[in-house]
Amino acid sequence: MSLFAAQRDAHNALLEGATAIQGRSLWQDASRRFKANKAAMAGVMVLGLITFSAIVAPSLSAYSIDDLDWMNINAPPSLETGHWFGTDDTGKDLFVLTWIGARVSLAIGVMTTAVALSIGVIYGATAGYVGGQTDNTMMRFVDVLYALPLLFFIIILVTVFGRNIYLVFLAIGCVEWLTMARIVRGQTLSVKQKEYIEAARASGAGSAVIISRHVLPNVVGPVIVYVTLLVPTNILVESYLSFLGLGVKEPLTSWGVLISRGVNTIESAPWLMLIPAILLAVTMFCFNFIGDGLRDALDPKDR
Amino acid sequence: MTSFALRRLLIAAPTLFIIITLSFFLMHWAPGGPFDAEASLEPEVIANLQAAYDLDKPVAIQYGLYLGKVLRGDFGPSIVYIDRTVSELLAIGLPVSLRLGLSAMLLAILIGGSFGILAALKKNSSADYAVMSMAMTGIAVPSFVMAPLMSLIFGVILKILPVATLEPRGSLAEAIPALAPITPYIMPVIALALPQIAILARLTRGSMIETLRQNYIRTARAKGLASRNVVWAHALKAAALPVVSYLGPAVASVVTGSIVIEQIFQLPGMGRFFIQGALNRDYPLVLGIVIVYAVAVIILNMIVDLLYGVLDPKVKRHA
Repeated sequence: MSLFAAQRDAHNALLEGATAIQGRSLWQDASRRFKANKAAMAGVMVLGLITFSAIVAPSLSAYSIDDLDWMNINAPPSLETGHWFGTDDTGKDLFVLTWIGARVSLAIGVMTTAVALSIGVIYGATAGYVGGQTDNTMMRFVDVLYALPLLFFIIILVTVFGRNIYLVFLAIGCVEWLTMARIVRGQTLSVKQKEYIEAARASGAGSAVIISRHVLPNVVGPVIVYVTLLVPTNILVESYLSFLGLGVKEPLTSWGVLISRGVNTIESAPWLMLIPAILLAVTMFCFNFIGDGLRDALDPKDR
Repeated sequence: MTSFALRRLLIAAPTLFIIITLSFFLMHWAPGGPFDAEASLEPEVIANLQAAYDLDKPVAIQYGLYLGKVLRGDFGPSIVYIDRTVSELLAIGLPVSLRLGLSAMLLAILIGGSFGILAALKKNSSADYAVMSMAMTGIAVPSFVMAPLMSLIFGVILKILPVATLEPRGSLAEAIPALAPITPYIMPVIALALPQIAILARLTRGSMIETLRQNYIRTARAKGLASRNVVWAHALKAAALPVVSYLGPAVASVVTGSIVIEQIFQLPGMGRFFIQGALNRDYPLVLGIVIVYAVAVIILNMIVDLLYGVLDPKVKRHA
């Protein structure tokens, strides 16, 4: 009896020791590395601040987006008048315009990326998983599209179907999924050959289950990195469109719209262009720092 | 090598066909037409106008007619620019856009490449940090912010370079008459090249650092080869591969960037005609420009591919 008891105690001691040593998952490792990256953390904080301001700031101002202050036209930023960022050529408050524009620009960045993500992931995962001739044809098609100046198609789409914000979401998303598809396909191809996929198939899992339960979770890393880089790209694409007069319509506004209108008064009222431009640039910096930080944290190659 | 080039050509034809078809049907299926704005016209006049531009026929027939004309090199008459054919407009716009785009590409490769190599060789030095923060700025600040700022500073305030004109004005043209003809292009080219310089500098740096870690570089150093020779003779060729493979997408983004740049600096290039055409539903003009751009992009991509084939022996073996 005592022999068994001794053995049991030994086992329990081992188990206790084992629970005391916390295993670290890949994700915990990655998040530790990410938190150690000062530039990336600063990016997260500043971006959080910008997002928070975009939500809250417009209601802090004494003016609303429709107010036309005829006494202050093209007025410089000032605390006294309450126009903290100044006013534009119709007397609208730039502070309110800028943060409403921030809402639209950020929403466009996120929504277009969501569209691109869905198309790219489905397309890439299918091509990579099915493989063979199908994969070949699908990726050749991507190659063909890759070589095209796709802004042209966005411009044609937008001029043809009218300037509607949902269409801008769709149009940008529909052309920006190519790199996503390539990344997902490459990852899928390499994951596909792993033993745990074989094990899943051996235990009778169907293709759909294998793709969604086993392949996709394992290609998430590079996809996250690319998503953080795609959001700013798409914000820029929308600004380009707005700059050409093809982006969101009045009464909505975006940073691109504000910048393009500010360019006209760059000599007399430079703040009209500079303030939205600086916010846009800061946002770009943040996303890029976060993206670089995530890549360093998730990519095992450079560890 | 020849078979490689031939295969590329064989892919180019269907690519072009897809582009023409896609843009044709996109433009024609849309509600509204080019004569919508002219509400004051009699219905008969509009009918006559539509007949003159073949717009009264079914879309499929229009498509067939259009393809036939394009094969004969005829892009049809422009609708916005009355009395001009699309080919005439292209003859004005193409040289401007080509000059702008090719100079920007060249500038981006030269400057971006050398900055990237410099940063890689002096990794973690102050020069490296300077190059990398400049590159980050180049990526973060879009060209439509950079370009107006540049023209404000160098054109309006300092009056060194001409703004919004192809005339050589400004103090640089007066000081050095030999440079006068290119002065109108200096700012647009730089503004167009900046984002690409930034991306190429980052790419070159990363790829160079990766290459310098390889064993054969260590061997070359170990056998006593001068550092300069190691970099130029051994590392550069391998490090250039990822950079060269980015040049294809780079061409596409320079082309799209030039639409905005031509608009800001008011250069009479294809980008400006394209925007005018798209806003006014000038089908023949928009399609003509899309075709020319596509051909240019396909040719440049082919050159990039061939270059890649020359640099990378693996590609040659596959071909």
